[in-house]
Amino acid sequence: MLKIKDLKASVDGKEILKGINLEVKAGEVHAIMGPNGSGKSTLASVLAGREDYEVTGGSVEFLGKDLLDLAPEERAGEGVFLAFQYPVEIPGVSNTNFLKTAVNEIRQYRKQEPLDSVTFLNIMKEKMKLVEIDQALLKRSLNEGFSGGEKKRNEIFQMAMLEPKLSILDETDSGLDIDALRIVANGVNKLKSKETASIVVTHYQRLLDYIVPDFVHVLYNGRIVKSGTKELALELEEKGYDWIKNEVKAGSAV
Amino acid sequence: MSENIKILEEITSSEYKYGFETKIEADSAPKGLNEDIVKFISAKKNEPQWLLEWRLKAYRHWLTLTEPNWQNVNYPKINYQDIIYYSAPKPKVKLNSLDEIDPELKATFDKLGISLDEQKRLSGVAVDAVMDSVSVATTYKGKLAEQGIIFCSLSEAVQEHPELVKKYLGSVVPMTDNYFAALNSAVFSDGSFVFIPKGVRCPMELSTYFRINAANTGQFERTLIVAEDSSYVSYLEGCTAPMRDENQLHAAVVELVAMDNAEIKYSTVQNWYPGDKEGKGGIYNFVTKRGICSGVNSKISWTQVETGSSITWKYPSVILKGDNSIGEFYSVAVTNNMQQADTGTKMIHIGKNTRSRIVSKGISAGKSQNSYRGLVEVMKRAENARNFSQCDSLLMGDKCGAHTFPYIEVKNNTATVEHEATTSKIGEDQIFYCNQRGIGTEAAVALIVNGYCKEVLNQLPMEFAVEAQKLLAISLEGSVG
Repeated sequence: MLKIKDLKASVDGKEILKGINLEVKAGEVHAIMGPNGSGKSTLASVLAGREDYEVTGGSVEFLGKDLLDLAPEERAGEGVFLAFQYPVEIPGVSNTNFLKTAVNEIRQYRKQEPLDSVTFLNIMKEKMKLVEIDQALLKRSLNEGFSGGEKKRNEIFQMAMLEPKLSILDETDSGLDIDALRIVANGVNKLKSKETASIVVTHYQRLLDYIVPDFVHVLYNGRIVKSGTKELALELEEKGYDWIKNEVKAGSAV
Repeated sequence: MSENIKILEEITSSEYKYGFETKIEADSAPKGLNEDIVKFISAKKNEPQWLLEWRLKAYRHWLTLTEPNWQNVNYPKINYQDIIYYSAPKPKVKLNSLDEIDPELKATFDKLGISLDEQKRLSGVAVDAVMDSVSVATTYKGKLAEQGIIFCSLSEAVQEHPELVKKYLGSVVPMTDNYFAALNSAVFSDGSFVFIPKGVRCPMELSTYFRINAANTGQFERTLIVAEDSSYVSYLEGCTAPMRDENQLHAAVVELVAMDNAEIKYSTVQNWYPGDKEGKGGIYNFVTKRGICSGVNSKISWTQVETGSSITWKYPSVILKGDNSIGEFYSVAVTNNMQQADTGTKMIHIGKNTRSRIVSKGISAGKSQNSYRGLVEVMKRAENARNFSQCDSLLMGDKCGAHTFPYIEVKNNTATVEHEATTSKIGEDQIFYCNQRGIGTEAAVALIVNGYCKEVLNQLPMEFAVEAQKLLAISLEGSVG
């Protein structure tokens, strides 16, 4: 589904990603871990098409298309979804209105008929249950005055509504208490299918107790320095990131 | 970072979409202004002697005035002798119904998406279409007449209800009020007249679509709305104009009178040609709009969505004379490219327990300048007057300007006056977030802008609100966004 080859990216002239290689197949969940500043969020942003990041090398193929050649909204249309670490607020635009616009813009991109209000509301009701989101939240302005947990839950709700093929969760666990974490993770798990894939970017192992990854990659200093299965996450939790740093220093991990 | 600014620039610099000119044989006065022209206009309209004298008096007063220059706008000097002051489309036959309307005229309305037929059928809106100064179609008159409501062109009212016109014309905006009001009083062409008798709640929204046609014709509309005791009316005014090269002067006057317990809601969506990207062409919109809450518990509410004109100079105001009366002003003013707007309101508190509320949302894009200018005045005997003002500015790009000039004059210490102001920019984070959800940058800007203006758009009647949203999108796609 997703093939990242030697991806390099910089921001303000500073190279952050120094050659990322990663392949994600349909049905897989990949976790990307790493210490602060290792480039995790940059990778997520580059895949989504944020302009602040300049891609300086490499390629990203998504379902046979050159992802880097597409505008951010086209990537969304193709089925790439990014759950933001810091979802923005848009005053005066109701959550429902925002979602309806998004759903229909994506449908238009896919040359599908727009959903009428009744169908849309029915789908919304169904998906609301998945992420246990309060209806009151949908009438409020997008993310305005939402608590940290509500914002993250809303991200997963949007993900449920937009039915992406590839979901990238950027530190979705940050700022969540354990109950919210469980709800969010449950939502993600329910949305999992053979046709879809996820990249879960996280700093801590605890999210992976709930969203069990097929593969775990450790990102350090702009490169994936270690890959493994979910046991790697546990090992990391136990040994800490210094273990990786030391391995890299010793030259054994590259 | 610069990419988004580029996109903003692109979308804020698209051309005016409603520029076209309808070819209708005009019946025009020669260029220029003098007493003979005033007489020509009056004669064209078969006006009674008193009205001709009123016009002449206004004209003579206008000669003694100088054009104001305190507003925060710049434009080349207007040559008032280079303007045609009267032009009427020639109807081929006398119109009895909408079906007989000039097909070309009809096509123009259709292009604007305001087919009268559709309006008539779908929304139950009675439309008084003003095209180049003369009303060409008035609908629903019969239905309204059953309840004693008068809704017609001002020219017609002069003929059929001269006593009402004589009583109220110039009673809120005297001919001597200001330079443009005096000019309007001398040469006003037509406009709407609405009279709602005691205790009647007007059963439908009354609507006029203004449209400037015939090149070089200044438009001097004059509207008068009188709501008697315990009556209610909602009036809609909407405009778009064809693209043209020369600057056009538009100096309208609107007067509203609300008596005891009466309510008038006046909504405007204005989309006159703003000029091209360099600011060439476009309408000069110098309007005097004022309402008086003359009775107790009366209410006047102005709502405006201003997206057009190269220059806007407009301060819809309310004189709160009756005790417990309420004045409201809800405004969205969009300026793009080289547009300049100096708009706001005046709330004059005279009666006891009078209340006013001002919500102004300015949006500046391109190289435009957008100023809010508002006066809240509390007179000596206005015990317990209250005012709340909120003036927000939204900037798109880094070449535009937003200015706020709030004036507050309080002469009674029981008054409560609140003023809030904010300035914000559309964030790249917001746009990227929308992009990531599949919403393109233009649609994203539209969404964000509509959200920003929601409080004002909510004040508009439903069908008008939808149109206003579209308009915001077009003018910011415009630019809007």
